Amino acid sequence: MNDRDGRHTKFPHGLAHLGLDEVEREIAPDEPPPWGPNAELTQIGKSVPRWDAAAKVTGKARYTVDVELEGMLHAAVLRSPWPHAEVLDLDLGAAATAPGVRAVLALLDRPADKEAAELRYVGQPIAAVAADSLALAEEALRLIRVEYVPQAFVVDLEEAMGTHAPAVYASLAHEEIPSAGLPGRASGIPLRGNVRGADTQGSRGNIREGFAAAEVIVDRTYRTQVQTHSCMEPHAIVASWHEDGLEVWMSTQFTAGVRAQLAHEFQLPLARVSVRAQAVGGAFGSKSQLRLYGRAAVTLSRMTGKPVRLVHRRDEEQMDTGNRPSSKQNLRIGARRDGSLTAISLHAYGSAGIAFGAWAGNIASAMYSCPNVESLQYDVFTHASPGCPMRGPGNTQGAFALEQAVDELAENLAMDPLILRDRIDPSVVRREERRLGAARFGWSRRHLPGADAYPVKRGMGMAQSLWPANVQLNAACELQLWRDGRVEILSSVQDIGTGVGTVLRQVVAEELGLEPQQIQLRIGDTEFPSGPPSYGSRTTASITPPARSAAWQIKQALFRSLADRWQVEPEALAAHNGWIYLAQDHERRISWPDAAATLRTDRISAFASRSDDYAGFRSRSGDAAIALNDLGGVQFAEVEVDTETGVIRVVRVLAVHDCGRPLNPLQIESQIQGGILMGISYALLEERILDRHTGWMLNPNFVDYKLLGAADTPQLEVILLENYQGLSATDAYGVAEPANIATAAAVANAVYNAIGMRMETLPMTPAKVLDVLAQSSRRRP
Amino acid sequence: MEPFAWRPARTVAEVAEATHTAAAAMLTLQPRPSEGEAVVVKAGGVDLLDLMKEGLLLPRTLLDISLLEELKGISALEDGTLRIGALTTLGEIAASPLIRRRYAALAEAAGSAASPQIRNRATLGGNLLQRPRCWYLRSSAHHCLRKGGGHCFAFSGDHRYHAVLANHGCAIVHPSSLATPLLAFRAELEILSSGGRSHRLPLEDFFVLPEADLHRENILKSGELLAAVHLPPQASSRHSSYLEVSERAAFDWPLAAAAVNLQMDTEGRCQYARVALGAVAPIPWRAVQTEVLLEGEILDAGRVASAAKAGLQGATPLPHNTYKLPLAVALIRRAVLAAAQLADEEGGAH
Ligand SMILES: Cc1cc2nc3c(=O)[nH]c(=O)nc-3n(C[C@H](O)[C@H](O)[C@H](O)COP(=O)(O)OP(=O)(O)OC[C@H]3O[C@@H](n4cnc5c(N)ncnc54)[C@H](O)[C@@H]3O)c2cc1C
Repeated sequence: MNDRDGRHTKFPHGLAHLGLDEVEREIAPDEPPPWGPNAELTQIGKSVPRWDAAAKVTGKARYTVDVELEGMLHAAVLRSPWPHAEVLDLDLGAAATAPGVRAVLALLDRPADKEAAELRYVGQPIAAVAADSLALAEEALRLIRVEYVPQAFVVDLEEAMGTHAPAVYASLAHEEIPSAGLPGRASGIPLRGNVRGADTQGSRGNIREGFAAAEVIVDRTYRTQVQTHSCMEPHAIVASWHEDGLEVWMSTQFTAGVRAQLAHEFQLPLARVSVRAQAVGGAFGSKSQLRLYGRAAVTLSRMTGKPVRLVHRRDEEQMDTGNRPSSKQNLRIGARRDGSLTAISLHAYGSAGIAFGAWAGNIASAMYSCPNVESLQYDVFTHASPGCPMRGPGNTQGAFALEQAVDELAENLAMDPLILRDRIDPSVVRREERRLGAARFGWSRRHLPGADAYPVKRGMGMAQSLWPANVQLNAACELQLWRDGRVEILSSVQDIGTGVGTVLRQVVAEELGLEPQQIQLRIGDTEFPSGPPSYGSRTTASITPPARSAAWQIKQALFRSLADRWQVEPEALAAHNGWIYLAQDHERRISWPDAAATLRTDRISAFASRSDDYAGFRSRSGDAAIALNDLGGVQFAEVEVDTETGVIRVVRVLAVHDCGRPLNPLQIESQIQGGILMGISYALLEERILDRHTGWMLNPNFVDYKLLGAADTPQLEVILLENYQGLSATDAYGVAEPANIATAAAVANAVYNAIGMRMETLPMTPAKVLDVLAQSSRRRP
Repeated sequence: MEPFAWRPARTVAEVAEATHTAAAAMLTLQPRPSEGEAVVVKAGGVDLLDLMKEGLLLPRTLLDISLLEELKGISALEDGTLRIGALTTLGEIAASPLIRRRYAALAEAAGSAASPQIRNRATLGGNLLQRPRCWYLRSSAHHCLRKGGGHCFAFSGDHRYHAVLANHGCAIVHPSSLATPLLAFRAELEILSSGGRSHRLPLEDFFVLPEADLHRENILKSGELLAAVHLPPQASSRHSSYLEVSERAAFDWPLAAAAVNLQMDTEGRCQYARVALGAVAPIPWRAVQTEVLLEGEILDAGRVASAAKAGLQGATPLPHNTYKLPLAVALIRRAVLAAAQLADEEGGAH
């Protein structure tokens, strides 16, 4: 016992299918007692259908684009037609007096030390108009006069690295440079031409000695494309500025974060700003910030005193709402004959357009045991729209290179790729995932590379993912119990399609002995306690423990109220199946509503926030912390490659994943399926194409920007581990990102196994497959 | 999108009087209707809507032809010709038992185009008359040659999906998947012009290469209507096949396609061969050399492979679309083998 009166408690620990042991943790007095493993629970670990599924498929769900307010204005944005230009003059006069126009707003700043404002990509916002209708707003955009002086530009990563390439930034010191990854500043790391770097984080040991000790070396350059988030619901906001404060409806993955930004930027008290997101149609990392468009809508509302709606058109969405940075990765790995790694050298060049922080290679330094690592990460600036985090940022690009290189190493060592990984991967969880996956997938039937008969060749491959389990500490919720028995959970946490609403209901229902559908959800609104963001795969890990704590506290309060009446100790009571009863004597019971009716007041409430993980964190920065454990994940893919047409068909994927205690297998499976499909789409199809000569995106629509469709969907199978760590009241972590990281690499390894040739560049289109096969036949004598 | 009027056409004559082709209405050069004055025929509206949303086509009026009886129905004429009205949807073509039995390649092409929803709206006429997919043509930011501009962006830009044959001046590929089998079946087009006159014309003579006219894909004139497609009688001894490859299994145009119509005798000799390619040239492309090398010959896998290779003779691929050559060759070979009902024993020469 310490001075905070913590108590020592035993938690289930380990991988359930191998048999559990126990781990002792010291927990604070307001933390609930441990749950047993899922097998002993009623609601947790059960496949409960999504709470909002019916509303979504019947069209009842209300997205931001559906919000209509009295007197609402519509905003449209004038965007740069030039990839690089100086703006000498911006004349909004004619637009301001056009019919129906209520306000116009310049969105370009001229730096204090410059003559002109500078545009750096096609689609960059220049000005916004708010008018009575969208048509009138768009009409008015045409009246805006802009005097451009077009400048030389570069949109291609490798061209931008050239010494004579036009510079995107003269220096990093003065500009507000957007970040594509973690928050931070661009300055502090040297810039040469368009190349910023190197960031050497993750480096260790002595790389030269490492390669000197190597008996086998693999060395290749991998390239990945820019992928767009392609959210079905575009980025959208409705802002209403009024006397009492600011109300915002936004398609966002972080209501509380957007509120903090708004309060800061518009100098309002936090309590006077509210942000709501009821239903959100996809985000994948691109909707966590307020951004310029959000600021524009709020400013226009402040200028006009009316609500303003700003919704991106599909082409605007594809051109300027973020994207996954491209990469060029030179990866060299050295190993001894026995497979142990001696050296990993990664020179990763990532381009997030005008943003920094492409971070294309963290995974190479983190996944495997290796004493000598040289990790040099560079940003390459181009005249292209800023990138931003996207499902497994950096690791997805990195895994494509790393997991192929490890496979190549295995082949050069004449080792099975799984056996090599058993040797170099310190994760016991992934080892188990490989073992289970291999057996289920039929890995032993895998043949030698290219061994199938011509022309349609099959192949099997696998790849691994790595993602730091992370937690939002500024994450809270309130639980209210009404005298009529109604239970409400309140938090600003938003359900962007991940299903967090469903698991919140399950957690509370489990604790209170109720059914999930008896728990009312009031979420996605900053009027309630601040919840976590829906990014980083951290939502479930952050909000389910406080939800359980709050429910437990409410239960204690109700027990106390009953205990008085029944003249028993509160500890003697239990809640199950809609009843509260005496643990010793099940006949002595009262229904939930009758119990609630004994409350002294109309309602009682409990507030709880995310406590630290019971065994502490690896690191912590601001509101976020990284847990001690990592999230694993191993995926196996089987493909068919038509060597005459170049078409790759993914036949099946088996994904073996872990996320601590699985709360809802149905939702986790669907989350993983989504990650795999997005990964196959990335592997085979998706690519933002910018024209080299005009800087325009050539495929800003869903005909030419190709997303995987239903007809391309392979057979998918998920195996889910129960991995108990005893780290929080629910012991649950996320899985959204791990589900996406390994897929493209697994497909690429399967393609290699099919045709005996490495695909070094994404996406693996028929054209690229045919080119690679043509090279191989040329190389043969 | 700009405002426009929508008017249903009740008679053919009404249409023939004052309509403009989409190509003419999109042109920024003379002769063209003046800004916002065009009256354009609308069938399913699938392609028109795309062009209008992008601001490439700004019609004053859309004249909806979907009520015109003359343009409807699939009917067998007395001489054995099959007449398919221009308003027939791709879905109806794909499902028609008659077409599936006799003109399998056409049903196959119609059934693999686009997606089920689109196939339920898209018409045969609109499919043959849709504008090309070149992304520079489709972007209002790129004032390209075909729209009356002075520059082709594709040659020095991204032309991964462009033509490898007859691609001088402009490298669009013809976007109609249905035109490929129609060429292999020697289809004829029934065209109505003002005054209600109708004439027939081989489909092969309908499409226009860029070297003949950069600004349009076919010779349909403003004021003319495509009423129907006629398919000549097809002996039961003839077999056809259609194969295409696209990046996605649905909701995509092919990277290349091949349609074959063959007649074999009992000894395995090819008596008649008609081979057409899609997505490799600015018009549906006849692989004449392949036909020559097949006709009169006993077909085996080797002969078919070399005939297939000959089909791409004269190709002038661009730096980023050379992959289309082996792809098209493979499709021809497989389509011929399928139509000849031969097994694909040894694959192509590798
Ligand atoms: C996602 C997607 C994928 C697609 N994939 C394919 C594919 O794989 N293969 C393929 O071939 N197509 C494909 N298409 C194109 C589609 O098949 C055509 O857009 C459609 O067939 C056009 O028919 P419509 O009736 O809608 O024509 P509309 O849009 O109504 O008209 C098209 C043009 O034809 C003119 N027109 C139409 N009918 C007549 C007539 N009877 N007389 C004179 N002029 C006429 C119109 O004025 C207009 O210029 C795809 C389309 C989409 C959106």
